[in-house]
Parts: sequence; C-alpha cells; structure tokens
Amino acid sequence: MTETTMQEGIEEGIIDSRPTGFMADLREFWSYFSENRGAVIGLFFFIAVVLIAVLANIIAPHLPNEQFRDALLQPPFWQTGGDARFLLGTDAIGRDMLSRLIYGSRYSLFIGCIVVSISLVVGVILGLMAGFFRGRVDTFIMRIMDVVLAFPSLLLALVLVAILGPSLINAMVAIAIVQQPHYVRLTRAAVMTEMTKDYVTAARVIGVKSLRLMFITILPNCMAPLIVQAALSFSTAILDAAALGFLGMGAQPPTPEWGTMLAEAREFILRAWWVVTFPGVAILTTVLAINLMGDGLRDALDPKLKRS
Amino acid sequence: MKGDVVLEAENITRYYKVERGSFQKPAILKALDGASFQLIKGKTLAVVGESGCGKSTLARLVTMIEKPTSGELKIAGVNIITADKKVLGDLHKKVQIVFQDPYGSLNPRQKIGHALEEPLLVNTTMGKKERRDAALNIINLVGLRPEYYDRYPHMFSGGQRQRIAVARALMLNPEIVVLDEPVSALDVSIQAQILNLIATLQEQFDLAYMFISHDLSVVKHIADEVMVMYLGKPIESGSRDTLFRKPHHPYTRALLSATPVADPFRTKERIVLRGELPSPIAPPAGCTFHPRCPSMTEICRDKPPEPYDIDGCMVACYHPKTY
Repeated sequence: MTETTMQEGIEEGIIDSRPTGFMADLREFWSYFSENRGAVIGLFFFIAVVLIAVLANIIAPHLPNEQFRDALLQPPFWQTGGDARFLLGTDAIGRDMLSRLIYGSRYSLFIGCIVVSISLVVGVILGLMAGFFRGRVDTFIMRIMDVVLAFPSLLLALVLVAILGPSLINAMVAIAIVQQPHYVRLTRAAVMTEMTKDYVTAARVIGVKSLRLMFITILPNCMAPLIVQAALSFSTAILDAAALGFLGMGAQPPTPEWGTMLAEAREFILRAWWVVTFPGVAILTTVLAINLMGDGLRDALDPKLKRS
Repeated sequence: MKGDVVLEAENITRYYKVERGSFQKPAILKALDGASFQLIKGKTLAVVGESGCGKSTLARLVTMIEKPTSGELKIAGVNIITADKKVLGDLHKKVQIVFQDPYGSLNPRQKIGHALEEPLLVNTTMGKKERRDAALNIINLVGLRPEYYDRYPHMFSGGQRQRIAVARALMLNPEIVVLDEPVSALDVSIQAQILNLIATLQEQFDLAYMFISHDLSVVKHIADEVMVMYLGKPIESGSRDTLFRKPHHPYTRALLSATPVADPFRTKERIVLRGELPSPIAPPAGCTFHPRCPSMTEICRDKPPEPYDIDGCMVACYHPKTY
C-alpha cells in the first residue's frame, strides 16, 4: 500500500520547474518593474543621487561652507558675469551653490533613511500588535493613531519640533511620528487579512507561540505594501524636512540642507534667481524620481496587479 | 465500541456572541449545541452535514483552537477545560489538523522543508540535522520527492500541497488527526490518491481520525463510525454499515438519497428537502429539523428529541424509520 501511494505521488510529476531562490525572485521583480518606464527612469535618477551623495567629497569642486569673499551672489557660468569656478553660481556669502547642493543630497538621503527606518520599525510593531491581539490593544493603538492623523501633518511636525527644539535630528523624529499612522494602519490591515488564513491556524495548532507567529509566520507575508509605503514616504520625509528647514525648524544654517538653503535665499528671490531655483529643482526632481520608483515598486509587488 | 478511546466529548457546545449594532442586545449563535462522541485509536469517525451545521466548529474545538462553551472534552483522559498550561501544551501535540484548502494552509513564504521542521523546532530540542532527516523521512512517506525540500508551496499542485499538509500534521507523531474536508478542494482523480494515503498512514501509525466531510461517497469509503449533524446537533450516529444500510433519521435518509450511485438499474427513492437551513441564531423550537421534515407531527414542534439507541445507532428523532 505504501509502495503504491508513493508511486502515485511521484507520477504526479513536477508541476513547476521554475527556478527558485533569490535571483529568480529578483529577475521576476525586474521584469514587472521594467515595464514601467517612469519607474526605471526614477530608479536611475535615484541611484545617481545616491552616488553623488556617497562621492560628494570627490565630485564637489569646493567645500560646502567655504566662502569666496570676492564672488558674492555670482550668477551661473552661462550668464554674463558668471565664473567658470562656480558652475551654478554662489550665494549671498560667496559659497558655491553646486558644492552645497551636492553635499545637501547627503542630508536628504540621510533624512529619508532615518525617518523611514524609525517609522517603519515602530509602525510595523504597533500594527502587528493591533492586528494580532485585536480587542483593547487594537482600540488603544488605533485611536492614538487616529488622533495623530487628525492633525495636518506639517503642523504637527512643527509643534513637535517647537517642543523638542529646532535641529535636524528633532525634525526627523517629528516627521517619523507624523508618518507613523500610515504604517500602523497598513500593517494592521495586512495582518488582519493574513490572520484569517488557514496557515496561521495551522501554525497555532503546531504550537507556534505568539511572538514567532507574529514576526516569522505573518510579517513576511505583509511586506509588499509596506515596501511601497516606505518608498513613497521616503520622498514625503525629504519634502517635510525641507519644509521644516525652510521654516527654520529643521536643519540649522550653515548646514547645506536643501530646505534650509531655500530659506536662507528667500530675500534674494528677486535679485538672484539661482539661489532659490537650484535647491528647489533638486528637491523636486529627487522627490519625483522616488515617487515614480515607488509606483513601479507597487506594480511589481502588488499581487493583485500580477498576471500569474 | 471497543479499542482505546483517545478523545471523549461529552455534550460539548460552542456559542458565539454576534453583535447586532449598538441598539440591540448581542445575539447568541449556537454553532455547536451539544455533541457527544468518542475517537478511537486506529478508527475513523466521519462527521457529515451540510454547510453551517457546525462541522468546522467541532474541528476547532477538538484541535483546541477554541475552547468549548460548556461540556466536557477529554483528550487521553485529561479534561482540557480544567487542565493546566503545561499539560495542555503536551495535549496540543497529540491533536493535529489538515485543512480543506491546500492553497491557504501552507505559508507562501516558507519552504516545504522548513514548514515540516517548524513543529519540531518549536516543540522539541532536536538538532538541525535530526530535524532535516525527520522532514525528509516524512516527505518520502507521503509520496513526495526529497528535492521538494527546498521548494516554495506555489510550485506544487493541489494534491501535492495536500500531501505536504498531511506530512506536516504527522511531524509531531500525533494520536488524533482532524481532517477538515481534506479532499473536497481536489480533483476527483487526486481525491482517491489522498484518501489512500490517509488510510495507509492510519494503519501505519494507528491514528484516530475525525474526518469532516459533506461527501457521503467519500465517507462510505473511509469511515468506521459516522455522525450526522444538523444545525449544531448530532442527529444520528452509528457504525458506517448500519447507518448506510439502515438510515433511521429522516434527514440522514434525505442526505443518502441525494448521493449519486453509479448503477443505472437501481431505482432510487429520492427525498427532496424543502426550505433552507434555519439560522443558528434563532433555531426552530423543538426538533430543529421539523420545518423541513417530511414526517413532522405536533410533538416535534414542542420538545427537542433526545437521542436513543435503535439497532446500535443513536438517533434523535420521534419518528425514525424502522426496518
């Protein structure tokens, strides 16, 4: 009897001989991702920004805070009065715009990474708890998140920074708190869907304890929407940090952060267009690139959009 | 009944509270309303009934995913309601389950090998190598190939997945396996293979099965004892042969008459039930089957019938068919 069942099992044969493992997943991911041209452009732009940030001290022609007293508010090189030493001109106290923008990319990426990591980790833990335990824990966590969501996000961030004191670190913490509810809600919803599936019950019957069930059984199955959210909120974080910097509540001068640069240049907006335009364009293109990339990620990771 | 009793249920019930908005009292849903039965080593108890009759609730109680609202449930002689945590942990290992849907019961992000090793990882102190050997051994036993060890569930067909689910249930050497409609999601040709596998494993490990199904031809093939349920209550139970040959309860007879028989010359008495299964929130008074019963009389409306013995079958009916 054992012989026959074994035989039958083997004769069913291999249904699917697709290769397994990380490389195959990556290849499948790329085939979906590359269908979206905007996403690919966004990805390459983002990679370029990362490279610029990493190699800032090699690429940048000058130091970000080095002053050239002989060249105050010098226009970009193609305008009359421009200087080839300062490709994008200088600001009011004679610092090279291009160098400051290049070093500024470090801050933007740093802000994005830190904010996303904080809000992702905390959000996932809170969301998992809410979705897993339900009942009072759920109500408690979700009502707090609703309160946070009820404030206009930038206003809340401003209040938090005002309480904590203006600095780049505090701005990042404030933005992370403001972004928290989105992660919590997303995780909770995904966890609740997964909880109804049989494999979770099966794991319980096997004797898997709550902690392992939450983080090892359920969490990996909830990651797709979280990755997309992380990519998209990366850009929101940069934007919010720039806004806080512009309002004087984020990075403090002379830090070459893009939002702070904008704030410093505010009074020259009519006399020297380049001091406001270039930081603005830098923020715009980076955020746009990340958003495009996030859309591509969603297309590639959302199982509902997949053709099997 | 003879043999070693591994599980004994005495009048177990499971009620759910159903919220009906802020202005109404929550209703009580009687998903399971008093079931008594025994599971015996090496034997199969089949639980039969239409959707919503409490079969799956029964499975959840027996596997201790949920606790019964009242009644007594003894596994290996220990009452699970009063048992302390440590004993309960050991009992958990003795009861395992195989689900209906092989696509939902395996974690899509877990390799087969890891899924099989997980029970050992969380319950025993076995080393990595031992666990791997045990997993490979069981993979072989359920008729799969060792190279499947490193594959993900989405690479398998329904039948193969169900084999994996059976293998996982066996990893902890359980005494009782609850099979919650294990073949109803499968192709008919695969059904037979899985049923044969299940039967072979029962013989080999002396397992007690609780086989939940709505497919009577499958039940006829695999069961030793059969329990027919209607609206949370067992209405007839007895050995397979008596029950299939001499069904007493009108509902059992209707169920049996609805099963197709591959014999063109047999004339069939077809009993058609009218109406729908009533809501378990507001079950009919008296015998819950009376609104649909062809042989209903006054008494059926007033008092629920108590099960009593007819030719070795426990029947809860005032007007059973006698032979």
